Amino acid sequence: MILWLSQIIIPLAVCYIIGFGLLSKRPVFEDFLEGAKTGMKTVAGVMPTLIGLMCAVGVLRTSGFLEAAGNWLAGPAAFLHFPSELIPLTLIRLVSNSAATGLVLDIFGRFGPDSPLGMCASVMMSSTETVLYCLSIYFGSVKIKKTRYALPGALIATAFGIMASIWLTMGMV
Amino acid sequence: MLNYLWSFMILLGMLWGAANGNLNEVTQGLLDSAKEAVTLGITMLGIMSFWCGILEVGTRAGLIDWLTGKMDPVLNFLFPELERNHPARRPLAVNMTANMLGVGMAATPAGLEAMEKLAVSRQEPGVATNSMCTFLILNISSLQLIPVTMIAYRSQYGSVNPAAVLGPALMATACSTLAAIVFCKCMDWIHRKKGVGL
Repeated sequence: MILWLSQIIIPLAVCYIIGFGLLSKRPVFEDFLEGAKTGMKTVAGVMPTLIGLMCAVGVLRTSGFLEAAGNWLAGPAAFLHFPSELIPLTLIRLVSNSAATGLVLDIFGRFGPDSPLGMCASVMMSSTETVLYCLSIYFGSVKIKKTRYALPGALIATAFGIMASIWLTMGMV
Repeated sequence: MLNYLWSFMILLGMLWGAANGNLNEVTQGLLDSAKEAVTLGITMLGIMSFWCGILEVGTRAGLIDWLTGKMDPVLNFLFPELERNHPARRPLAVNMTANMLGVGMAATPAGLEAMEKLAVSRQEPGVATNSMCTFLILNISSLQLIPVTMIAYRSQYGSVNPAAVLGPALMATACSTLAAIVFCKCMDWIHRKKGVGL
């Protein structure tokens, strides 16, 4: 059922939007081109960040530091049934989306995207956001200094997302 | 922040590598990562452009306006302080819808606009209102229904079924969003009892 739903959602959304556009007598392809242009610009804008951060993650990863950190935290993590390979990802996820993406791709490369760890990392990335980035751009834009309960709330939501990811994927396989 | 994080990762990696005698691997890792980032960017370019194009078709056909109307009950529930014709409503709806569809770059500009509109009606400058906190926590809890980028990465790395992540991702997202809503509602309730907050 889930698999079927997974396969049907994207084609359905695409067909629905294009069909709706045609029925509204829009020049759909021209509209599409406009949007695609924006998409390309966004990716081009993100590229330097992606290169910079993936290089930094590459350096940190090959140095063996992350394995060491994972080993230090392995005891408490095992107690919570938390897979030790995902400890660095969980920590980095809070501060940087691109760096976390770099770690996920590393997990894909080592274990494969369809392995339990690969699945878990995918779901974790999909169900959480970069806490620090969101807080700083949104509150920074309107000069908020007292953030009140925003940070604790954000961390609680993230913790729930991470726990659910582990439970859903590691329990499934 | 990113300045410190980035330099910290590079410096720590270099020093740790030097201390453990695998500086060669570290250099190789740096070069490999740079190459990998570019390969990845090319894949992303295709998928991102396509999705943004499709979304633009939807926006221009009025599908987004229609969705904003549909979001009204949700907005009333989540942001009870906002009156019916509050200017923040439309950007809030666009932001949340774009987030659900997994298009962050469409969500961020709308989110910033919503924040601006929310800031106009606040009483004390520099202090976040309940609506702002709710909005932020919801955004961070991730509302994404279709993890487009994750599916793209998975297919790039040779997954047999890249979209298999959709089902579990939906459930995990529901968990984190539910936790966020419950938390915000409790906070709203506490502050209403104390008679503070906007």
